Amino acid sequence: MELGFSFWTTLLFIAVIMGVLQGTCAYLILAERKISAWAQDRLGPNRVGPWGLLQPIADGIKFLLKEDIIPSHVDKLFYLLAPCIAVSTSLLAFAVVPFGPTTPPPVLLDYRQNPPQAAWPQTVEEEQAILAADREHANRTNGRTYEDRWKEYNDTTQFVIAPHVSIGIVFNFAVGSLAVYGVLLGGWSSNNKYSMLGGLRSSAQLVSYEIPMGMSVLGVLLVTGSLNLETIIDYQVRHGWNILYQPLAALLFITSIFAECNRLPFDLPEAEQELVGGYHTEYSAMKFALFFLGEYTHMITTSFLVAVMFFGGWQLLPGLDMPGGIGGAILKVIVLAVKMALFIIFFMLIRWTLPRFRFDQLMGLTWKVLLPLALINIVCVMIVKQLNLSEWLLLPLSIGTLFLVAGLALYMPSQRPRAPVHLAGHVASGPPGVVQEETRVV
Amino acid sequence: MPIAESDVRWVKAPKIGLFEQLYVPAIFQGLETTVRHAAKTLFGNGAITQQYPEVEPKLPPNYRGVHRLNRDEQGRVKCVACYMCSTACPAHCIDIVAAPSPWPDREKYPETFVIDELRCIYCGMCEQACPVDAIELTRLYDLSGLSREEMMFDKEKLLSVFDETVRAGTDPIRTRSGRLGVASELPADTGLTSSSSAQS
Repeated sequence: MELGFSFWTTLLFIAVIMGVLQGTCAYLILAERKISAWAQDRLGPNRVGPWGLLQPIADGIKFLLKEDIIPSHVDKLFYLLAPCIAVSTSLLAFAVVPFGPTTPPPVLLDYRQNPPQAAWPQTVEEEQAILAADREHANRTNGRTYEDRWKEYNDTTQFVIAPHVSIGIVFNFAVGSLAVYGVLLGGWSSNNKYSMLGGLRSSAQLVSYEIPMGMSVLGVLLVTGSLNLETIIDYQVRHGWNILYQPLAALLFITSIFAECNRLPFDLPEAEQELVGGYHTEYSAMKFALFFLGEYTHMITTSFLVAVMFFGGWQLLPGLDMPGGIGGAILKVIVLAVKMALFIIFFMLIRWTLPRFRFDQLMGLTWKVLLPLALINIVCVMIVKQLNLSEWLLLPLSIGTLFLVAGLALYMPSQRPRAPVHLAGHVASGPPGVVQEETRVV
Repeated sequence: MPIAESDVRWVKAPKIGLFEQLYVPAIFQGLETTVRHAAKTLFGNGAITQQYPEVEPKLPPNYRGVHRLNRDEQGRVKCVACYMCSTACPAHCIDIVAAPSPWPDREKYPETFVIDELRCIYCGMCEQACPVDAIELTRLYDLSGLSREEMMFDKEKLLSVFDETVRAGTDPIRTRSGRLGVASELPADTGLTSSSSAQS
């Protein structure tokens, strides 16, 4: 049976990745606690094992051995379903993310046209005609046919669970966004006001950040011409990293990702200070751990995505040739893992840098700032592509857009008058007309 | 009470410029602070954490911990069984049984003197009420037991707390007869340590 992929390699990858992901998640929680502690001038967990390195194991044992409580007032089916959805969608979203050396899947070119163009045959006859033209072209130029290149592609080990998924990034977004169903169902089925509020916030947050996130990536996709993540890496290896061309898109994408992962400053669904625990208030033991696992897996996936989309994937430095062979493969895995780790550390440091956005502020930021910026970015990319201008033009355009929007925002009239600030025990009643601008301090 | 208009100062919210409006530089400024703290803790030994069982906290001398019954110069219990402390106690945790004193200098002495350390709220009012400075709170804070009975401290136990703390030198006798409000008053000879160490 021709599967189109190596069954055993894929199975091995799935097994290894599942294990590694869960272990990494456990240690990410330790890292999170350690970095939190350091940022607050504390030491963090340091009692279990040297430097607290065995803490995740102790936590895991605790999660497993704790009593598995299902409160009597919950909707049992959805209550149990929610953590499963949260963790399974996060793990599934990882399927298309490269974590090591990859080669781009071959593109079928239609040589009947001049210049040849990428073809998407709709019928068997059309496909055979194109393939015949391809073979004929290969014979003429002593090159390799499309089938040969596929064979070669399948014979190389691709460090991605599901290689050559044409819709790559769309699959990742689609499945990854399903994780919000876990949050929503968990919040709703808990039959608890705080959980409900957490779930509602999560859904409202989703409709805000998903659009700028997709939009910011569109610019990259327009330049790359493919949704496939391996092809995107390959493009960056040949042309330079996307962050060099579209820093604005990278900024928007990273910002949206904070919302996607429910990380501070956008951790509204689980704001401890406001909602007890948010959507997971009623969860305990392993079900709570599954939510955590899902969340941290999501963080890993999105960190890989940032590295793959904007920071050249497994390439060490822009324009640097990476060695091949097994040594090169190991090096590429390490490079990508280090990039991922750096982004996760960045996530954790930002957590202790920025305060949580208020709810309307989050909506305002995503709809009124990120979305227009993303749209301008796409238009810039379209103009550059359409007029066949140098791609380096995108860099000043990208940075200029940011400055332009910031400058415009300076001269935008404040939409809502600022309420007089209540500072000294009673509402300040200043002269009318200046109340919006001035604040009374005693 | 409304605030007099002369006391009110009106301030304008500072105008933000282009640099602030970009937000990104401000985020990096914030990140710098975070990283500086993290690096200081990580490499510069800047952590404020006290490793508790290994490092004992330095408590202020007026810390209110476990009680003790003071002895006089002849080693006898100072208490005269006047019931002032048990009357003052808001938690009703002191139980005294008085008996005629075997010594000529006082009428009564406590035959039994039991404090329920679990009931006590460590307010120090017994210490204030005592007319002969017989009961005091010490700086011992790590009080634990396996049963409720164990936490009922009787006269012998309370006297042994006195012996221990005096020998260890942690709690010199700090109350002086005739003064009021001794629990809130610091002895002059002991330097006050920071209160943060008592909390952590």
